[in-house]
Amino acid sequence: MNFFFEPWNWYIAGPLIGLFVPALLIVTNKMLGISSSFEHICMIVLPKDRQGIFKFNMQENGWKLYFSIGIAVGAFIVANFLSSVPLQFLPDQYHTTEGYIKLFCGGILVGFGTRYANGCTSGHSIFGLSILQSSSLKATISFFAGGLLYTFLASLF
Amino acid sequence: MKNLIYIIFGTVFGIVLTKAEVVSWFRIQSMFQFAELHMYLVISSAVVVGAITMQLVQRMKLQSIDGKELTIKGKPFHKGFIIGGVIFGFGWAITGACPGPIFAQIGAGELPAVFTLAGALVGAFLYHSVKEKLPH
Repeated sequence: MNFFFEPWNWYIAGPLIGLFVPALLIVTNKMLGISSSFEHICMIVLPKDRQGIFKFNMQENGWKLYFSIGIAVGAFIVANFLSSVPLQFLPDQYHTTEGYIKLFCGGILVGFGTRYANGCTSGHSIFGLSILQSSSLKATISFFAGGLLYTFLASLF
Repeated sequence: MKNLIYIIFGTVFGIVLTKAEVVSWFRIQSMFQFAELHMYLVISSAVVVGAITMQLVQRMKLQSIDGKELTIKGKPFHKGFIIGGVIFGFGWAITGACPGPIFAQIGAGELPAVFTLAGALVGAFLYHSVKEKLPH
C-alpha cells in the first residue's frame, strides 16, 4: 500500500479537508477554526491580571487548543510512520539563527493578522467559504493579496 | 476526557494536512509564485466539497449527534478582515505556515516552527493590546 507512504494528491486531500466542516459540526457541534488557540495559549502563559484583554470565549473556542495539539500528533504520526522519505517542510535557511528571527517576525504577522481578521485559512477559507459567507471571501482574498504582494516584493530584492 | 474527541479530530486533520503537504513552506512558495496549482486545487476542492455537504446538512436540517440544533454563527465583516487579512498573508508567505500548519510543522519535527508559534502568540497578544486603537 504505497498510498499511505506517498504524498497525497489534491483530489484526495482537498475533499477530505472539506468533509471536516460537516463532520466536526455534526459530531461535536463546532465550527472549524484554529487561530483562536493562540489566545488560549496566551491565557495559559500570562498572569491572571493580563488575561482580561482577550475576552476569550472558552465555551466557543476552548476546544481549538486540543484540536491543535491533535494536528501536531497527526503530523508526528505522518513524519515518523507514514512517509517513505524524511519530510522537510522548512528550507535550510530557516534552520539558522537568522532564520529563527525571520520565522518569529513572520509569526507575529500571522498571530496579529489572523486575530485582527477574526480567522485564518481554516476558519475563513475553508469553513467560512463553505457556508458561503461573504466576509470570509473578503478575508480570503486579503490573505492571498498579502501573500502574493510579499512574494512579489521579496523577488525584487 | 470530553476533549479527547477534539484531539482525535485534530489528529486526523493533521494527518491529512501533512500528507497533502499544505504544511510545507515549499508548497506555499510555489503557490504564491504560481509555479504549481497544488495548493489552489487542495483549497478549492475542499471548499467545493465543504459547500455542497453544508448545503445538504442545512437543507436536511440535520442535528448534531447529541440531538441539538447545529450552531452555525456568521462572522460580521469589519475592516480588520482586509487589513488583518493582508498582514496575515505576509506572515503566511514568510513562514510558510498558517495557524494549523504551525502545529503540524512542530509535530513533524521541524522545530524552528516553534519560533513561528512564539511569534504568533506575541502577535495575538499585540493585537489585543492595541485593538481599541485599530479601525474595525
